[in-house]
Amino acid sequence: MPVLGRACLILALVACAYGIGASLYGARTGRREWADSGRRAVYALAGLLTVSFGVLELAFLRSDFSFATVATHSSTTTPGFYKGAAVWSSQEGSLLLWAWLLAMWSSLVLFSTRRRMRDITPYATAMLLGFGAFFCGLLVFAASPFHVLASAPAEGNGLNPLLRHPSMMIHPPMLYSGYTLFTVPFAFAVGALAARRVDAEWIRSTRRFALAAWFFLGIGILLGARWSYSELGWGGYWAWDPVENASLMPWLTGTAFLHSVMIQEKRGMLKVWNVSLVLATGVLAILGTFLVRSGILDSIHAFGASTLGKPFVAFIALLAAGSIALVVSRRDLLRTENRLDSLLSREAMFLLNNLVLVGLCFVVFWGTFFPLISEAVTGQKASVGPPWFDRYTVPLALMLVLLSGIGPVIAWRRATAANTRRNFLFPSACAALCAVALLPVHVAQKPLALCMFAFAAFVAGSIGQELVRGVRARRAMASESVPLAAVQLVRRNRRRWGGYTIHVGMAVLFVGVAASSTFQHTRDASLVPRQTVRVDGYDVRYVKATGRVADDPDGTGAFMTLGAVLDVSKGGRHVATLRPARNYYPGDPSQGTVGQYIMGDATSEVGLKAGATRDFWVAVQPDAGWLMKVVAKGNDLPPSAGGLALAAIAQRYAERPPPADFRLIASPLVTWIWLGGMIVAAGGLVALWPAPDLARRRVTASLRARVAQELGRA
Amino acid sequence: MDPARKRTIRLTVALTAAVLLAGALIYTSFSASSPAKTPSQLMAGAEAGRSYQLTGKVAPGYVRRGNTLDFRVRDRSGRAAVPVRYTGTVPDPFRAGREVIVTVRKQGAGFVGERDSLVTKCPSKFTDSKRST
Repeated sequence: MPVLGRACLILALVACAYGIGASLYGARTGRREWADSGRRAVYALAGLLTVSFGVLELAFLRSDFSFATVATHSSTTTPGFYKGAAVWSSQEGSLLLWAWLLAMWSSLVLFSTRRRMRDITPYATAMLLGFGAFFCGLLVFAASPFHVLASAPAEGNGLNPLLRHPSMMIHPPMLYSGYTLFTVPFAFAVGALAARRVDAEWIRSTRRFALAAWFFLGIGILLGARWSYSELGWGGYWAWDPVENASLMPWLTGTAFLHSVMIQEKRGMLKVWNVSLVLATGVLAILGTFLVRSGILDSIHAFGASTLGKPFVAFIALLAAGSIALVVSRRDLLRTENRLDSLLSREAMFLLNNLVLVGLCFVVFWGTFFPLISEAVTGQKASVGPPWFDRYTVPLALMLVLLSGIGPVIAWRRATAANTRRNFLFPSACAALCAVALLPVHVAQKPLALCMFAFAAFVAGSIGQELVRGVRARRAMASESVPLAAVQLVRRNRRRWGGYTIHVGMAVLFVGVAASSTFQHTRDASLVPRQTVRVDGYDVRYVKATGRVADDPDGTGAFMTLGAVLDVSKGGRHVATLRPARNYYPGDPSQGTVGQYIMGDATSEVGLKAGATRDFWVAVQPDAGWLMKVVAKGNDLPPSAGGLALAAIAQRYAERPPPADFRLIASPLVTWIWLGGMIVAAGGLVALWPAPDLARRRVTASLRARVAQELGRA
Repeated sequence: MDPARKRTIRLTVALTAAVLLAGALIYTSFSASSPAKTPSQLMAGAEAGRSYQLTGKVAPGYVRRGNTLDFRVRDRSGRAAVPVRYTGTVPDPFRAGREVIVTVRKQGAGFVGERDSLVTKCPSKFTDSKRST
């Protein structure tokens, strides 16, 4: 079986090489059959990688420990669902997932564009196969998932317990879908520049792929934040960790691109800027993929040094240099058709939005790579922490939210005093009202948070105003009922209304972030049962301790769970009963009779009461010193008594627990972050959904492009 | 003023602002950063009161007393070991042999860890070595 998997990878590499040759030959000579053959090589790549991935996945599900990867990342005690997902917890498996997703998305894209943009697609095919060749090359020569062990061990290492959470399992596929989808606009940009066809048709298609990539990457990032909050024992959702930042950077430039491309479509401006953004996004996506697995930066995600560093750096350098060379050599194609008329116009707001987003990306980039930069400059590796990041990203985020409210209602080309008054009155009133309403609630002490809330109200006001005006206009035209008018309004301009929904979602998300980071109350307490502690007006009583063995209440394969039952009330009224716990996982037999069952890793099961206005979060840490003493005593017993000793420990903990350390956090509006994210996702789907007249628009766009080209103005 | 001149002025102003902001950012990053040091580097010379980012492996034999954790961080190659007294959240993967990053300040003969600054790197998922205690 491993032989089949490896053979498919080698064939995949061959298919990539063939496809690159065929596509480029087809592009240069104009012979369509060769270009088509190159496209079919992508389909072949997808098929081969599906088989390869299937072989590996099957090996994990069957716990076939002759596969080295399976033996080091799974075990018979890993629950079924996590066995399947353990494939991508390993270096090799995650590379294979990346390559597989690249092949699948590329096939989908090339299939849907098989009859269009015939000048560009061969070059794009070659570029996509270039990516495929790089990753298949790594899989064949550097990190093979099909390495076979001389003698298969009886039991594997098991999946890291920290990863045994549903969010953590969808998080990589979502992220990788985002990364791989961003290579598509990159490839099409390279193709368009190479074929000298940077026109309306290219823009329209590229935008769609970029939106899909942005959508998946955004969901991946949000899932990571959600996992961090609800699973890790620190109670936060974003740590400005290098790997988190690496996924955020292409998302920021991708967002910038999605906006600036509208200016190119409407007014033929910012062409150099647009292609540069697309190319930069693609390079950043590969950079992000590289950062996770290279070990060059210290991170909680850091997975130690690996041998893949050099090939990746070389590849990224090649992509960056090639992109710059391509843009410079085609700059005559990218001359702007129009110029900025006024700073008070929608174009100017879009430009400003782009500058803010690119600025944010620069801040994140600088902070993330600072250890390497400082080492190069001063010889000393130094790093910057979250306070530094917050200092620069908070003002930029405020500007971003404000712009997202101004953009939709300011006029194109030049805003006059009259239409400014008409459009801005209501949203400004909303913002002012919000600010005034929040003053008595002690928000004024935190001016930045107050600004964020006011700006979010501005956004809600401006988009609400647009909705009301649009519905009113439809009703006047077609005398539809209000709900139908709203639906028709969205249907006829999905892009705009998807975008507006996303803006509202982002505003909600930022409100959640601002509130939960500014007005959080944290308390650390060491408690024994029947003690009470007070946090932000909440009374928390430690009711009793719990100890369970071989129960595995969360389905993660934990052998022992020690926890607490907490009663949370406010003003005498019961709010929630929380059950934070600590899961203990098996180690190896050398750790002793009792130790082998529970001295492996440990994870926190967080007790969380989420609410519309406030989240109450609590994590418990049973006294580790006490546990180690008891385990040491248990290790004196013969191996056969292990299970009984474990049960006794759990019971002893439940009846006479030592003081346990609790971390209690009351954060307002955390739910708004997840809610905002869902609104953004819904908006993304609306924007992505094919419009009813897509075919017509496509044809007119390509005709327009042809005419423009003939007139020498493409 | 003709449009071309207006545009040039706008561009100049924008570029100047960008350069100034970038400059401020770069300047503060150098002063706001904590140098990363290994245990042997820290033992060789550490100023009292200055914060450093200590990276290394947790040496076996750490003691937890309530909210306080007393542990030693040693070099990857295993020579020097620095004692750290830390208060705050201890990440789940923390145990002897794991790589950690913690912000510390020199106090007397030992080092005090900054609250909640302890980060434990995910145990080697991407290497071939078998898991060790």
